[in-house]
Amino acid sequence: MPTAIFFITIACLLVAMTIWQAKAPSSERKGFLPIATTPGDRLFIGLLSSAFINLAWLGLTNFTLWISFIIALIWMIVLMRWG
Amino acid sequence: MNKWEDNKAWFMVIPVFLVVAISAIIPLMTVVNYSLQDIFGPNQRVFVGLEWYKDALTDPRLHAALKRQLMFSSLVLLIEIPLGILIALMMPKKGWGASLSLVLVALPLLIPWNVIGTIWIIFMRPDIGLLGAAINGFGIPFDHTASGLDAWITVMMMEVWHWTPLVVLLAYAGLQAIQEAYFQAARIDGASGWAIFRYIQLPKLRGVLTIAVLLRFMDSFLIYAEPFVLTGGGPGNSTTFLSIYLVKLAVGQFDLGPAAAFSIIYFLIALLFCWLFYQVLLKIGTGDKS
Repeated sequence: MPTAIFFITIACLLVAMTIWQAKAPSSERKGFLPIATTPGDRLFIGLLSSAFINLAWLGLTNFTLWISFIIALIWMIVLMRWG
Repeated sequence: MNKWEDNKAWFMVIPVFLVVAISAIIPLMTVVNYSLQDIFGPNQRVFVGLEWYKDALTDPRLHAALKRQLMFSSLVLLIEIPLGILIALMMPKKGWGASLSLVLVALPLLIPWNVIGTIWIIFMRPDIGLLGAAINGFGIPFDHTASGLDAWITVMMMEVWHWTPLVVLLAYAGLQAIQEAYFQAARIDGASGWAIFRYIQLPKLRGVLTIAVLLRFMDSFLIYAEPFVLTGGGPGNSTTFLSIYLVKLAVGQFDLGPAAAFSIIYFLIALLFCWLFYQVLLKIGTGDKS
């Protein structure tokens, strides 16, 4: 069940992004990241960096993963908006 | 024309998406599923959450394998890139000599990976191997099955022999693409051979060398077959790289849960490097030097 939830969430994200881009195509732009990115690029960077945030939290601390999950979520929002 | 019609080409991607889903995404989902369970048999499994990830991230053997892997990849780059450029510079530029040297240089690339390992096992044997016996004949004790250092030297020599030709071919292609006018101008100015290399050839090779560095890094980071055939990760764990450690865990010990968690971490590291690789290639393509 957790695996299913994880992949369904990512699939929903991808479907939502696809519909968004089909309805209102957006071009590359430069934010605080050193490269110009599309929303799809930022989603990929956000997911990958979130995975590393959670792994680092898991490997380096004994606190609950909910904290790193919230940190990753905030990071994703910041990245998608200003990245 | 409305926006949906503008984007209908996206539907052409569906067949590719289906192929990727079957060949990559479904196996990935299976691995993620395994990584959250302790598997005892076909129908005996217990959900353990992120325990295997915690174990993998704090496993000193994994840390040691990762250090070995990074050291191996760094050494590969330090040796293969300068050596590849040197050989490319020495190769004939035209005539039958150019064709012959290209064929000779490319030969190691045509040999299957497991055969490479077998060749080097025989070649380095201290009793009958051509090089192994010769080294021992000079009074230097050398046995890649008994000494960690000797095993590393052998793996590095095999890797350099196998993959430097790729760097040579890339550098050679880059050198051939430099226009003759640059060399004529350098000759008029009385530039030395070193100055020509430093200020004309090396800057012009920037693009192909970036590709060579990234390709060799990725390839050496994922290496499995050659060192596995040659040393099996030994002696001890001295040549146990990440992929060898992973196979030992999954196939040797049948620890599918920990191996799956480790695979996901390994996959994420490889994905990170792939993305960096892709970004650098894009920058080269657009001429962005930032």
